[in-house]
Amino acid sequence: MSSNNVASFNEARRVAIFGGTHGNEMSGVTLVNLWMMNSREEIQRKGVETQPFITNPKAVEKCSRYVDTDLNRAFTTENLSAPNGKDLPYEVQRAQEINRLFGPKGSSEAYDVIFDLHNTTSNMGCTLILESSKDHFNLQMMNYIKKAIAPDSCPVLLNEDPGLKYATARSVAKHSVGLEVGPQPQGVLRSNIFEAMRIILKHALDFIELFNEGVEFPPCTVDVFKVSERMDYPRDANGNIIAMVHPNLQDCDWEPLTPGDPMFQTFDGKTIPYEGAGAVYPTFINEAAYYEKQQAFVTTRRETLAANAIRKV
Amino acid sequence: MDHLGFKPLSRVAVCGGTHGNEMSGVYLLKELQVSQPERVRSFSLSTLLVNPRAVDACRRYTEKDMNRCFTDALLSAPTTATTPYEVTRAQEVNGQLGPKGSEKAVDLICDLHNTTANMGLCIITHVSDWLGLHLFKYLQEKITSAPVRLILLKSPFSEVYSLESVGKHGFTLEVGPQPQGVLRADIYNLMREGVNRALEWVESFNSGTVFEGGEVEAYIDVDTKDYPRDPKTQELTAAIHPQLQDNDFCLLKPGDPAFVSLSGETICYEGEALYPFFVNEGAYYEQNTAFKLAQRETLLLPAVSVKKPQ
Repeated sequence: MSSNNVASFNEARRVAIFGGTHGNEMSGVTLVNLWMMNSREEIQRKGVETQPFITNPKAVEKCSRYVDTDLNRAFTTENLSAPNGKDLPYEVQRAQEINRLFGPKGSSEAYDVIFDLHNTTSNMGCTLILESSKDHFNLQMMNYIKKAIAPDSCPVLLNEDPGLKYATARSVAKHSVGLEVGPQPQGVLRSNIFEAMRIILKHALDFIELFNEGVEFPPCTVDVFKVSERMDYPRDANGNIIAMVHPNLQDCDWEPLTPGDPMFQTFDGKTIPYEGAGAVYPTFINEAAYYEKQQAFVTTRRETLAANAIRKV
Repeated sequence: MDHLGFKPLSRVAVCGGTHGNEMSGVYLLKELQVSQPERVRSFSLSTLLVNPRAVDACRRYTEKDMNRCFTDALLSAPTTATTPYEVTRAQEVNGQLGPKGSEKAVDLICDLHNTTANMGLCIITHVSDWLGLHLFKYLQEKITSAPVRLILLKSPFSEVYSLESVGKHGFTLEVGPQPQGVLRADIYNLMREGVNRALEWVESFNSGTVFEGGEVEAYIDVDTKDYPRDPKTQELTAAIHPQLQDNDFCLLKPGDPAFVSLSGETICYEGEALYPFFVNEGAYYEQNTAFKLAQRETLLLPAVSVKKPQ
């Protein structure tokens, strides 16, 4: 294999683990608090400074998703460069603070990797969220994690379409990795969900340690689900929801939805079928926080991404 | 105690949104409002969205849990500018559906709730409410798509703090599991079936049907277990054990796993063999409740029917 095909990256020395970006997503809140109050042994790796961090302490205190505005949509260029002041929404102030501590976003001083821990009410299992199809370091990490937990699966959701992606807390880092584990109700801590997230994180940190030690990871391919379209609930003229996710679609994240399949059910029991052009793979099906974002689920299409071999510089 | 007669149930109120993030009831109310004019009934059916502010915010409550505001004491407390919204609203609701304990109160209240716990469909009613108990018996016979269970309240009526105590008869219809803020079609359909069967029973009762007596199994709340917590910070140090999670109403015996610590150690249950319920209910973390425990009893119901006019 020619060394021309190997992508080189600096060692990943500075790694952050964010919890409580949404204050009612309990696995991340609990894990980060555990590491901040007690021993960090579990997340330490040779040559890596791993920083656990609660990103939205006021939302965690209230056990609500956010206080003024969604922190995980707040890291826009506009917000990060706004003159800082007490009048700014709480989460915009937090975004600026997080950008100072772990960024600045887009600069060479930014943290190498940020893992952002989330839960969802959707039946998504352990999902890894990728924001760029060209981040070979992240692709190799995700390939490593998938192999490590096989035969259990770990879907990778790619959200890079500028019209669909959003300005996440983790986007401050050079390599951003979202961990989305469900199903878990808001405000609830389920031990199986907590342990699953912990295991994924362990493998991710192991990967970083191996990389930093000089291991070269050969080229690989990663199957991903690429976000295609947001589907809202059917609504009446006043914007009220007039149907629910159909029982046949509920909990069927990552399974194919073909034209004609039941999609919604009205309150008096009628079925509304999916009428797209072809089969899609829905996810974020019936996420509690997305009712206000006009989203019943997102459709995805399957793609295979190629990752170059990688090694440290 | 063979056969009891009751006045017809002429005014029935179905309530939803007592907790603003328990979605099935909020949406079922709208459906009842739409379908109601199409039905001819022997009783008048009203619907009430109990906590509209909490519904708008999609939170359980804004200042105080609405379903703790219906004690005699709170219903008669003088209100000031600093009185929590829910206390004032409860007094308003009591004015509309009650007053609690008076002749003017509606005949039957059905209060719709969801839980994050795997409890199927539960009827929660007062031990003295024979009609509530018979409603449960009927629902349990008719509904086969999910387990249907009875939870009994035994405190004196003046101390009962929940909404259904405002009516002459009343019950809470608790359906789970469903996350807060989520509307699941299967849970909605189950609740809808529960309400339809309850209204069917009322119709049948008013028309003179004699509902035969018999035995029913009931769960009586006797104890509560909190999560293990750090004594200084009060933060949780353990979660519900996977063998207890989702196993509401499965007998929990001493020595059975109850919690798993954040470092992975099993913490066993130590107490009487009892039936856990409300296992890992999201709203109960702040009430220091990981799960409740019930004794199971068999009750003998008398036959009931509508009292014939003298």
